[in-house]
Amino acid sequence: MKPKFGVVVFPGSNCDHDAYYALKKIIGAEVTFLWHKEKELQNSDVIILPGGFSYGDYLRSGAIARFSPIMNSVYEFAEKGGTVIGICNGFQILLEAGLLPGVMIRNKSLQFVCKDIYLKVENKETVFTRNIEPSKILKVPVAHGDGNYFADEETLNSLIRNNQIVFKYTSANGETEEEFNPNGSTMNIAGIINKNGNVLGMMPHPERACDPVLGKTDGKLVFDSLLNSFLN
Amino acid sequence: MYKVKVLVKRRPSILDPQGKAVEKGAFHLGLTNIKDTRIGKYIEFMVDTGDKAAAEKEVNDYCYKLLANPIMEDYEFTLEPADSEGGN
Repeated sequence: MKPKFGVVVFPGSNCDHDAYYALKKIIGAEVTFLWHKEKELQNSDVIILPGGFSYGDYLRSGAIARFSPIMNSVYEFAEKGGTVIGICNGFQILLEAGLLPGVMIRNKSLQFVCKDIYLKVENKETVFTRNIEPSKILKVPVAHGDGNYFADEETLNSLIRNNQIVFKYTSANGETEEEFNPNGSTMNIAGIINKNGNVLGMMPHPERACDPVLGKTDGKLVFDSLLNSFLN
Repeated sequence: MYKVKVLVKRRPSILDPQGKAVEKGAFHLGLTNIKDTRIGKYIEFMVDTGDKAAAEKEVNDYCYKLLANPIMEDYEFTLEPADSEGGN
């Protein structure tokens, strides 16, 4: 079965069209926009919470978006095992909504970071990563001010124990030193999944690394993995 | 009617990069004794009810579910009858 993607549009989302474009034109999937005030997920099989600055990032990034009407449906969908990806601001929303553990704080440098970074796949057994070759280091851009992932020790231990850390920031050669971490996140964490493995949050933007015209296509591997998971 | 003043503070165990950076400014000002700068939020609003217990419950919900993120922040608030201030 070919999955249908639903891209949620919050006031202030600005990567919604990037996600739509990558999925429709590059991946060749069926995609629809889902306005945040609606409740219907329109039979989507995968929900994308895109990047941006929902509600102007007021109070805390993602804090207000989680109360949008559509989020109740997304919450129910995720609890029933539905596939959800939160990218950048979408990741922050998933944390605020409690669908993923931990919080995001301001980048250690206090600077907004916008550049290509390298990612190592820590868990290759997820529906989001199973198409990625074992030794592959992904080159994907980040663009955020609050990407400094933080969680208490108990939460971190549980993430490690349950293999929930999916992506870590590394060098082009896969070294996970602090200097390759763009935001100061704990343990170089760039992306995590929930215990059930159906909800992924990641700060880097795979949708911005799909079209060859942009000079990098590693982000496509995430969507290809998903597509394959549904097809098999 | 009650007037509410909320203070949201980052837990001591949570890093505060903003506080650290601001403190560097203090150092450049020559204020060498400034230590442990932590930046929080101050929020004020009114609660339109005469029932104090109901007002407190609503404020608590507001703080716990939205104004503060309990994973990284603590909050405290004061609640005062607004009409006692009187006049304009």
